[in-house]
Amino acid sequence: MSAEQHITLECLRYHPEQDDAPRWQSYEVPYTPDMSLLQGLQYIKDHLDGTLTFRWSCRMAICGSCGAMVNGVPSLSCQTFLRELAPGPVRIEPLAHFPIQRDLAIDQGDFLKKLESVKPWIIPAEPRALTDGANRQTPQQIDDYYQYAECINCLLCYAACPQYGLNGKFTGPAALALLHRYNADSRDAGTSERMEVINAEDGVWGCTLVGYCSEVCPKGVDPARAINQNKINSTRDYFLRFLAPRR
Amino acid sequence: MKVAHADVVVIGGGGAGLRAAIAAAQADASCSIALISKVVPMRSHTVAAEGGAAGVIRTDDSLDKHFDDTVSGGDWLCEQDVVDYFVAHCTEEMIQLEQWGCPWSRQGDGQINVRFFGGMKVQRTWFAADKSGFHILHTLFQTSLRFPTIRRFDEYFCVELLVEEGAVRGVLAIEIASGELLLLRCKAVVMATGGAGRVYRRNTNAGIVTGDGMGMAYAQGVPLRDMEFVQYHPTCLPGTGILMTEACRGEGGILTNKDGYRYLQDYGLGPLDPWPRPKAMELGPRDRLSQAFWHEQRKGRTIGTLHGPSVHLDLRHLGEKKIMERLPLITEAARTFAGVDPVTAPIPVCPAVHYTMGGIVCDVHCATPLPGLFAAGECSSVGIHGANRLGSNSLAELLVFGRVAGESAVRHARSVPAVGDAVERRAGEAAGRVLGLLAQDSGERLATLRDAMRDTMETHVGIYREASAMRQACNELAELRDRYRRGVRLDDRSRAFNTEWLTTIELGFSLQVAEAMAHSALKREESRGAHVRLDTFTQRDDEKFLCHSLAHAQGDGPPRITHGPVTITRSSPRTRAYGCAGERVELT
Repeated sequence: MSAEQHITLECLRYHPEQDDAPRWQSYEVPYTPDMSLLQGLQYIKDHLDGTLTFRWSCRMAICGSCGAMVNGVPSLSCQTFLRELAPGPVRIEPLAHFPIQRDLAIDQGDFLKKLESVKPWIIPAEPRALTDGANRQTPQQIDDYYQYAECINCLLCYAACPQYGLNGKFTGPAALALLHRYNADSRDAGTSERMEVINAEDGVWGCTLVGYCSEVCPKGVDPARAINQNKINSTRDYFLRFLAPRR
Repeated sequence: MKVAHADVVVIGGGGAGLRAAIAAAQADASCSIALISKVVPMRSHTVAAEGGAAGVIRTDDSLDKHFDDTVSGGDWLCEQDVVDYFVAHCTEEMIQLEQWGCPWSRQGDGQINVRFFGGMKVQRTWFAADKSGFHILHTLFQTSLRFPTIRRFDEYFCVELLVEEGAVRGVLAIEIASGELLLLRCKAVVMATGGAGRVYRRNTNAGIVTGDGMGMAYAQGVPLRDMEFVQYHPTCLPGTGILMTEACRGEGGILTNKDGYRYLQDYGLGPLDPWPRPKAMELGPRDRLSQAFWHEQRKGRTIGTLHGPSVHLDLRHLGEKKIMERLPLITEAARTFAGVDPVTAPIPVCPAVHYTMGGIVCDVHCATPLPGLFAAGECSSVGIHGANRLGSNSLAELLVFGRVAGESAVRHARSVPAVGDAVERRAGEAAGRVLGLLAQDSGERLATLRDAMRDTMETHVGIYREASAMRQACNELAELRDRYRRGVRLDDRSRAFNTEWLTTIELGFSLQVAEAMAHSALKREESRGAHVRLDTFTQRDDEKFLCHSLAHAQGDGPPRITHGPVTITRSSPRTRAYGCAGERVELT
């Protein structure tokens, strides 16, 4: 091991039973070059202060639990390295735009409702039995939706989205990307059922195309592109309704 | 205390729990289902499974071959009738997932593609790049949202099963955000809480994999079966333990030592050529590969890293295109967490604990001996893994038996009368115990006890075992349980989102599960599958130990270990061999 170095981690603290407002607390953490910010937080929890509260699980950037604002940037703490933040101090806050449950843990409830609202499941044209076997889907057809299926629901994009910050009703990047994921899937015929969400004021038209959502995505998903695509779909739907009104 | 009611409670929102909840909802639309999980379902550890799930689909494959690979892979400690049921239902579950939207990788014409895994005679692994678990989990979670009878309790932490008149009638849980207690009254429970890999120091598992469900069932007198069989995955990143999927080798990756030599040929897995061929060299089973690493280390032929010895997993010859198409997740992980680009350099890897073969004993209907309690997935021991699990069988298991457990639970719920009030007294007692932890004034730090447990297991109940070390582990674990009872002093005495409190409860479960592992291991005086001894018992002993071990909880004391029969229907134990020795065995 190389000689021990230290870094100052300034964490935003808030306890709903004890605090009127969030406050800052600093911790000195020893680190090695391969230590992640998450490992730094775990060090605090284990050795310095068991009250510091944050979510984590897989520690390999796939479960989506450990998002936080790191020096103002939405980041997964498991794949943010202390060596890159040295000499510090580093400011760690809960993801922006969400209510704080405690310390770095935010309330994900609003997102989960939005996720559900886009009907994120296959709506087949006709019911398909198991005995009908697997659908055929060419690699090209998979490419049409696959990147949007890579979203890990870490919510960094919501923390990056200025629109969501201004208007909490906006369906938001990840949920709209997921909506597009199903619409673009060759096995799905549910586009019209999802059109209501798209067309709504808080659907795709809530987006002002800042594009920061795509920039912060740790998985290379491009929600901004999905939203833009659906603005086109929404416009087309709007005009088509004059020609052939639904119901 | 809040009170809610559901006909069926599913504990755990990973692959098995979600599949169970969906099956229950489909089986009976009038059945109310509570899906309760300590994390939001898509954070569950299924998300980190990489390689894929087994299901016979090729014309040169057969259910018999899947059966044979599974039973010999498990060193004949599998329940063969259950394996028969399992292999017959894997493929339909893969198709079901496909129809629900899982982006399985395809061939050019749009048909399903399958890949090789270790210990597998024919390509049988359905995969979604190397994010199979991620896609399975998200597909199941999103599909589950369709069913209005599934009521989710996200971020509720279960602490105790409530048993009344010999049957499960409820669950006590903590609502994490508020710290409030919830009594969930029910007629049936499906335990789907995953494994217990985190009782070891070095492992591939997420932080949440702490054996909670095993501990809860065990505390109610349900035996834990075959707990000595703990799988070390041979290819993980030193230090973090992050998994480099077996699919690396399924796609053609090789393992070399410090001399660049493919050392597996020295351990009954060779010869090298022709390569690649199934069930040989790098396509051997996990137990054998992890054991080979241990020998290489003893011979001084491993490669040092900051975090201990390693060998090289070399993918370079696959070329960038194939690596990025088939193995994008581990490529990214190797770059981020090990600073190595698999396209241009070999990845340093070493074994780490990956999977608990044993678990809550249950039958082919996923019914445990405790009426009303069902179990599925890694927390269960339905009997398909034996002494060593084959890669690709665990994702298949959680689908096949998740469905079975959900359907069984619904059937059971229909057959029992409404829940009485007696369960509330039990809940009150359980609440007292769990709230007592918050009142503890003196004691040790949680991390001290937790780390001591992990070191004990790693050092004394590892890849190779001997009586003296295992006995030491048993003693140390008894002492740790005693220290735990005397007190963990929490910094945090508040109720809202108190993860220190929850981790303390987890540690209580983990210590019991670890103890069951160590004692079961000590009592198995033979070598079989993942349980290999260096003392007098270096050989498999079918005379005495072709049997399951069962750990029975004895309150504060060490578990009582008994042994029970294995169901053998059509495959008698043979020499378990791979490489050319394995081919010879098959011909005889």
